[in-house]
Amino acid sequence: MEHIRMPKVENVRLLDRLSSRKAALGTLYLTATHVIFVENVSETRKETWVLHSQISSIEKQATTATGCPLLIRCKNFQVIQLVIPQERDCHDVYISLIRLTRPVKYEELYCFSFNPKLDKEEREQGWKLVDLNEEYNRMGIPNNYWQISDVNRDYGVCDSYPTEVYVPKSATAHIIVGSSKFRSRRRFPALSYYCKDNNASICRSSQPLSGFSARCLEDEQMLQAIRKANPGSDFIYVVDTRPKLNAMANRAAGKGYENEDNYSNIKFQFIGIENIHVMRNSLQKMLEVCELKSPSMSDFLWGLENSGWLKHIKAIMDAGIFIAKAVAEEGVSVLVHCSDGWDRTAQVCSVASLLLDPYYRTMKGFMVLIEKDWVSFGHKFNHRYGNLDGDPKEISPVIDQFIECVWQLMEQFPCAFEFNERFLIHIQHHIYSCQFGNFLCNSQKERRELKIQERTYSLWAHLWKNRADYLNPLYRSDHSQTQGTLHPQMAPCNFLYKFWSGMYNRFEKGLHPRQSITDYLMAVKEETQQLEEELEVLGERLANLQKSQLNGNKVKSKQQDRNKQPGLSTSSNSLANTPQEYSNDLKSFPSRSPSQGDEDDSALILTQDNLKSSDPDLSANSDQESGVEDLSCRSPSGGGCLPSEDSGKDSDEAVYLAV
Amino acid sequence: MKVGDAEDNSNGQELSLSRGVQRSGGHYCALFAPRDPCLHPEVPTCTRRSVPATQPEQPRGSCRQQVPVAGKLHRGSAATGTTMEFSELIKTATVESVLLSCAGLPAVKGTLCITSHHLLLSSCPGGDAQPGTVELWLLIRNVDAVEKRVQNLGWYQPPGTNGSPLDTRLAGSSGTITLRCKDLKVLQLEIPGMEECLNIASSIEALSSVDSVMMMYPFFYRPQSLRLEEGWHLFPLERHFQQIASQTSQWRLSHVNQDFTTCPTYPPSVIVPAAVDDDTLRKAARFRHGGRFPILSYYHPKNGTVMLRSSQPLTGPNRKRCREDEMLLGTVLDKGERGFIIDTRSAQAAKQARMTGGGTEPKSSYPQWRRLHRPLERGRPLQESFMKLVEACNDTSATMDRWLSRLESCRWLSHVKAALSTACLAAQCMDREEATVLVHGAEGTDTTLLVTALAQVILDPSCRTLRGFLGLLEREWIEAGHPFHLRCARSASSHARPKQEAPLFLLFLDCVWQLSRQFPFSLEFSERLLLTLFDNAYASAYGTFLCNNEKERCLCKVKENTHSLWAWLNQPEERTKYLNPLYSHNPLVIWPSVEPQSIQLWQGLFFRWIRSSQHLDEAWAEIQRLVESKDPHAKEGVGKRLSRSLSDPAAQTENER
Repeated sequence: MEHIRMPKVENVRLLDRLSSRKAALGTLYLTATHVIFVENVSETRKETWVLHSQISSIEKQATTATGCPLLIRCKNFQVIQLVIPQERDCHDVYISLIRLTRPVKYEELYCFSFNPKLDKEEREQGWKLVDLNEEYNRMGIPNNYWQISDVNRDYGVCDSYPTEVYVPKSATAHIIVGSSKFRSRRRFPALSYYCKDNNASICRSSQPLSGFSARCLEDEQMLQAIRKANPGSDFIYVVDTRPKLNAMANRAAGKGYENEDNYSNIKFQFIGIENIHVMRNSLQKMLEVCELKSPSMSDFLWGLENSGWLKHIKAIMDAGIFIAKAVAEEGVSVLVHCSDGWDRTAQVCSVASLLLDPYYRTMKGFMVLIEKDWVSFGHKFNHRYGNLDGDPKEISPVIDQFIECVWQLMEQFPCAFEFNERFLIHIQHHIYSCQFGNFLCNSQKERRELKIQERTYSLWAHLWKNRADYLNPLYRSDHSQTQGTLHPQMAPCNFLYKFWSGMYNRFEKGLHPRQSITDYLMAVKEETQQLEEELEVLGERLANLQKSQLNGNKVKSKQQDRNKQPGLSTSSNSLANTPQEYSNDLKSFPSRSPSQGDEDDSALILTQDNLKSSDPDLSANSDQESGVEDLSCRSPSGGGCLPSEDSGKDSDEAVYLAV
Repeated sequence: MKVGDAEDNSNGQELSLSRGVQRSGGHYCALFAPRDPCLHPEVPTCTRRSVPATQPEQPRGSCRQQVPVAGKLHRGSAATGTTMEFSELIKTATVESVLLSCAGLPAVKGTLCITSHHLLLSSCPGGDAQPGTVELWLLIRNVDAVEKRVQNLGWYQPPGTNGSPLDTRLAGSSGTITLRCKDLKVLQLEIPGMEECLNIASSIEALSSVDSVMMMYPFFYRPQSLRLEEGWHLFPLERHFQQIASQTSQWRLSHVNQDFTTCPTYPPSVIVPAAVDDDTLRKAARFRHGGRFPILSYYHPKNGTVMLRSSQPLTGPNRKRCREDEMLLGTVLDKGERGFIIDTRSAQAAKQARMTGGGTEPKSSYPQWRRLHRPLERGRPLQESFMKLVEACNDTSATMDRWLSRLESCRWLSHVKAALSTACLAAQCMDREEATVLVHGAEGTDTTLLVTALAQVILDPSCRTLRGFLGLLEREWIEAGHPFHLRCARSASSHARPKQEAPLFLLFLDCVWQLSRQFPFSLEFSERLLLTLFDNAYASAYGTFLCNNEKERCLCKVKENTHSLWAWLNQPEERTKYLNPLYSHNPLVIWPSVEPQSIQLWQGLFFRWIRSSQHLDEAWAEIQRLVESKDPHAKEGVGKRLSRSLSDPAAQTENER
């Protein structure tokens, strides 16, 4: 609290990016965890809450006649423009926020104060929801070829790896330790995914310290062991996800890539995914395009292309597709690495797993996938997402790109995923929010030292509890798209990948489809289910009645009494739920999915409100016509609201008048 | 009669009607009317999506049907003497062992056959009475461009030859014909024999460029399930007028154009201000380009404001005025009320139009009107935009790197954005500013109609039903005199020098598609309807989109001698295919977002033949399943069972108790 110079400022205006005339007047509050803006309009008192950890930059702009503008950009792509009447107040808010958004200790993060009012047992249960040992068992491991190794039990071999690592049975501790010494940050090859149908596997590591000529017998034996663990194949692919030039440059620093001559039976492959710095700049450029004020179609398309963002997404997808194909179709095991093996490697392994195994396309499976390929293998969440104040050059949207890859796949395979877009958006949100402990720190070792599981809550339990919100109504476990490997179209590739406005322009509701098919279908599904249950009850009742008729009056009356209640109550329910109610009048369109109900957690609800993709349009404004006032400022020739006469520029007008 | 006559007549502006056809038109059709249902399957065009779902398999992008062997097909047509005219154009009617391939499907070999209106390929050359499978059933009118490539020293050596140069030359000559269709499909035919190949190519070229309306397939197509007169009078203007008249007495139905003399491109009846008599209209018409005086386009029931449309006034370099025109527009506005003229040209272009006799309404003569210029592209630039986009979409070799800038350089999405924005502006003037709107560009037959039609879809829920939408097309495009014959003569791939072609109607359909994407529950019809309309506007078995205006349709007796597409679409089993399962009536105005992030490339159209839509189709089927699984429960299931259980004796006992 000592950092808050100015807890409350009145008469602040919150600007709408699309229309400067739609500014809302209200009060700004600074708390230890949030920036809160409350509108003055008495009926609604609409609130906007922003977590400090979501804020990526604060910009104080030149004072104007109306006040001092403050621009807050968030990591979840929200952009908030405030105008504070007094320059001094603005400065105080600015200085306070600068400090509040740059915590120096983990303990300052929101998850340590966040309390969803769960008891200790519930908290523990929450953390047990995703269990990686269970996941490896599901894959069929341990088995004849693979085993769990305790070589890293005290993080003695590699401090960014988990304690439990799965390796080929023939890889002895000696081999592992030897191999680890020949790999950057000692990240030796370990199992990421195993395909029990054909024994092919995906392993991951960091780059070898090969320089120009160095060799390591144990590392060569390690790769040999991986190959032997797949008896159906006489070679393995080694996929280096870096551009070849980058990998070659690393050789000068004593690192590099595997020499095919030294390793028996490997096929080496480069797949050029750019490094974190290129990706950071690319996102920056794309967000600048998203922020343009009434851009033309050309501005937008040029800007999007110049950002290179979709090209990078494609590179990641291509790598994933290559690996999935090698495993599923060729039955060949793959070792994936980049430099340190915690960014591009995580992206590529998880995309490949998602393509290969329908389980990861379920809600639970997706949580497991992130836990396996990202959390446990030491993806540096703290550095990449800037949770604590640190080196800005470490920040990069690595997992954002993976999440977008999933969305791109969802667009191509609408029935293949159990979860919907909202699920992805909420996960992205919480990777930055620091509201849950899952993504804290840079490694399992750090998290254990901080006793995260005893002091914070798990996001997975929270999402699981609200899973009804995240279901894809088109998903059916018996649908063809939910079986086996997904084969994304490869050619022609140029237009396969689309701009994801649901993510990058997520807070600009005006840009999105005004009616949500997902929400509607979920409501329909729910209703159908209800009606089916009702039918069952009625059927039961009918059967009972018929039976009771046979059995005589006494028994009958008793049964009727019992059956009457549910029958009547459900049918009155169904009357209240007629389809017309959802559709005829959009005001009553289900604005919250029915089973959402964590009212015990006010902060959460507020964030959820902001997150819901469709709500504000349909419930708060209750009128799709709200978009209208923006039209003139969106129209190509710009201009204010209505009709400033164009003919004013018409120099011949005077002649007309003279006629 | 020779088709050549027809070609001489085609000066671009006027519809070419060869005298020969005029003389013998009705007779000719009657003679030719085929009786064999197999010859003329009741499928509007060869599209993957319009094939009835009941047919077991349609893998070839057209209909696989069991028909008699190709030879018989030809004999069937040859039986009537009148095929002579067409057969003059057909140099080679059948070729064996032709390999047909199109993107995404395995190649098929079969017998190729050209009839007067169709190109057929049947895969089973089988003998005698054995039915073959028709792999291709292409309306030749659908062919936009024919590209041929012949190889003299070919790849093909007949078995048993030892590859002596002579043998190879004799047997190995072959050719490839690429057919680029107006519906954007691309087909390849590999034809053994160079001569056959050239003959086939020139036959297709000749048949597909027959310009005479009455030689076109709709005049010969006689589906059994439809009657000729059906569907032609589904949307009488009288009924539309009555709806308006029930709410206001300010408008009347005028028959001033009964004989098409006041305005050749207007329908016989138009809705005009009640206070203006026909004589004034005639005089005002003389002051408007092509006689298109201001008439009512749309009455907004919500607040009683109206939208008018017209062509440009003929002010010319001398700034002429016309009292009748000023009066006509003056009576629309009450004292002190203001109206907006949305000119679909830039201020500069409108000014320049004066040099050629056109112009725009000067403020001094029309003091209550304010002009807004919203330039919309049309004509050649729009056609080129369409051509570039289709070329870019078909360029499968291109990498992702330059795709977006290429998309940008096509400008198509910019046109979509501009059209939507202008329609929204018109709608906003009416709905929000409660002001009267007049829309016009130059001729008032292109961008004008684009804006007025689109504004109605945005404003009026009744235009968003299937029936209402077809009515809107009838009123605001067909009867309003959009020159379909000229604009849709060629599609995106034609090598012919473009004359009057421009995809304004497609641009309209694209904008409607954008609306349907942003408001997925608010349109009663689905993307499939929009695709079918696109296909039929460019090549059709129906007469709906023939000719340029009602006058020409009367001359050609289109309504007497062709079937209406609306009749086809209105058949119950057809109708359901075009419905949106998610539709529910939405009484509100649907204001779309026109930000670039919200405008998407219409993949269902531009990638229809390029990329498999299997996964998306599956999703659509799943949506349908979900919605339908609810309906029977809600409407029948529960109700029925409930009533049954109540009428059940046991239930009655319960009631008595």
